[in-house]
Amino acid sequence: MERILEQIPRFFTADNMALLLQSAGLTLAMTLTGCLIGFGLAFILVFLRQTPGLWALPLRVVCITYVEVFRRIPFIVVIYLVLFFIQTVASDASLFTIAVISICIYAIAYTADIIRGGLESVPVTQTEAARAMNFGRLRTLVTVTLPQAWPVILPPAIAFAVSFIKDTALVSQIGVFELTFRGKELNNQGYSGILVFGTIAMCYFLMSFPLSMLGQYLEKRLATPRGERSARKIRRA
Amino acid sequence: MPHLAVNDLRAKYGALEVLKGVSFSMEKGQVVALVGPSGSGKSTVLRTLVGLTPVSGGSVTIHGDEIRYSNAASVRRARDQMAIVFQQYNLFQNMRIIDNVTVAPTKIKKRPKAEARADAERLLAMVGLADKLNAFPDQLSGGQQQRVAIARALALHPEILLLDEVTSALDPELVNEVLDTIRRLATEGMTMILVSHEMAFVREVADKVIFMDSGAVVEEGLPEQLFDAPKTDRAREFFGKILRH
Amino acid sequence: MDYNFQYGVVWDNFGALMEGAWLTFQLGVFAFAGGVLIGLLGASIKTYGPWPLRFLVDCYVVFITNTPALIQIYFLYFGLPELGVRWSNETCVLIGLVLNAGAYLTMILRAGFLSVRKTELEAGQTLGFSLVQQIRYIVVPHIAKTVYPALANFFIVVLVMGTSIGALIGVDDLTGQAINLSSINYRWLEYFSVVAVIYVVLTFVASIGLALLGRWAFRVRARIF
Repeated sequence: MERILEQIPRFFTADNMALLLQSAGLTLAMTLTGCLIGFGLAFILVFLRQTPGLWALPLRVVCITYVEVFRRIPFIVVIYLVLFFIQTVASDASLFTIAVISICIYAIAYTADIIRGGLESVPVTQTEAARAMNFGRLRTLVTVTLPQAWPVILPPAIAFAVSFIKDTALVSQIGVFELTFRGKELNNQGYSGILVFGTIAMCYFLMSFPLSMLGQYLEKRLATPRGERSARKIRRA
Repeated sequence: MPHLAVNDLRAKYGALEVLKGVSFSMEKGQVVALVGPSGSGKSTVLRTLVGLTPVSGGSVTIHGDEIRYSNAASVRRARDQMAIVFQQYNLFQNMRIIDNVTVAPTKIKKRPKAEARADAERLLAMVGLADKLNAFPDQLSGGQQQRVAIARALALHPEILLLDEVTSALDPELVNEVLDTIRRLATEGMTMILVSHEMAFVREVADKVIFMDSGAVVEEGLPEQLFDAPKTDRAREFFGKILRH
Repeated sequence: MDYNFQYGVVWDNFGALMEGAWLTFQLGVFAFAGGVLIGLLGASIKTYGPWPLRFLVDCYVVFITNTPALIQIYFLYFGLPELGVRWSNETCVLIGLVLNAGAYLTMILRAGFLSVRKTELEAGQTLGFSLVQQIRYIVVPHIAKTVYPALANFFIVVLVMGTSIGALIGVDDLTGQAINLSSINYRWLEYFSVVAVIYVVLTFVASIGLALLGRWAFRVRARIF
């Protein structure tokens, strides 16, 4: 206990804090990039999965299998698979790239279901009206379905991304200089584990908690029907 | 040559045959009304015409051109010629009224924006909603939404307008404003097929009434013939029940 | 890509992988069971407890669910020895996972508690049910029905995401064995692809088992896929 107290002034130096801040930035950057790309690719996956017709059956099976399989493999195993696979095909890829690809692969599997649920929440009659007016599938999605599905898709998608900030801690295992890796490093330098990992936990908390609050606020806001929202806007104006 | 000829049209939902060979034809400028009990397949006829319910047999020709519903290009052509208005209006909830009406003309028919907009404004004025251009659908009453839906369909300049129970979802006091719009289209010579339960209105505007039951046409004729002197028992029973009061 | 896949060595060590899978399964079951106990306690306090206790539970849930499980386990494994508490790596993972699962399960079970409507309890009272009978015949079946799918889903999360974290402090679970074995002969891709398949099979068996259990015990239609 005294050892911890004695270490505190040595630990909370400007240098150490700058390092932690930098690593926290990397954690956020990694999560954001991976989740954003994954989110975009998940849209493509869902679109392909909804391709009608018998000829597209293999396509649908591949899309469904992807989602089912990657939700059942631990993230750490995905990280290792990506690491060693990328290193055999492109040995000069940076660890950051490998981390982002891993996050992406995982994010696709999880957000695809969120997106599908959101799209299915839009009444079929909306797409029927579009089809009857000769809208193609993609145009229906972009101009009719998606704008109505956002309020259903965004809150859980944001919640997923926020909660994935924590899961990226596993990427420390392959040596990306993110928050957890920095913590292990400081611990190895002789700083107290309680001090180091307590501080690292606080860092994660400070990123995760406000963002999840923001997500909940957005969810409430988006849940208001459009008419009321624009009516309010009109009244305010 | 009839404007539209439907011959032995068949459709299935799974194993259930909902259209068991429907045939009728109509001339340009005519108003044809499909009437009959719920579940008789009236709405399905309209849905199959625009390719929303798959066709399992029979043929549909417009101007002697057969529509092949297995062929995407042919279905697109059919949807170019026929526009449908739904019972639940189905306006795009994410778009303002004006965008609901201009989206298909500009994006699908590639008409110039200004021209489509002027056309939409004219149509919305015709249905009495010139002051609602920038509203969202959920800010309008059911009757207003349905009139927008009619304007949206007319903006496609269809040869035939299909009206699927367009007043059934409306509160009674809103029915007339929609019927007035349809009445006006009829006097302007619009070719229309309407599915309706408003028998007085059908009698007034329809040139021909087709009575359907269990997915088949039972009897067809002039409104007066069918309503006042039906030839079949099934039609007599149906009209006797609903026209008594 | 001119990588030459050699799966022979993986089959030679398949027994070791299976031992890892067995440990993974055990860790998952115990962590989940412990988590359910904490979750029940937490959800009861949240629903019926006095405010200081409710506040404590809130703090616990908010703190645990906003920090990584890996850091929590590192804290136990690298931090606690400084206070003279020395647990084996397996104990640390198990305790860490129980605490972690407990927080999430508090939220899940709390939602279930809230789903029991007062009128149903009143109906039970008027029928002359004792408190125990009310809990046995009204509360538990109702909660089971509403939260079972979420519980089944969460078990898979613990089984997959949770247990694999242990490998990072040297636990010989399925992932741990893959790391151990592949660092001997560098067949990383082979080992990890096989391990991925084992995880998929393991969780599918678990999902099907849970769906059948739910159907049989609580008449819930849990989703397998």
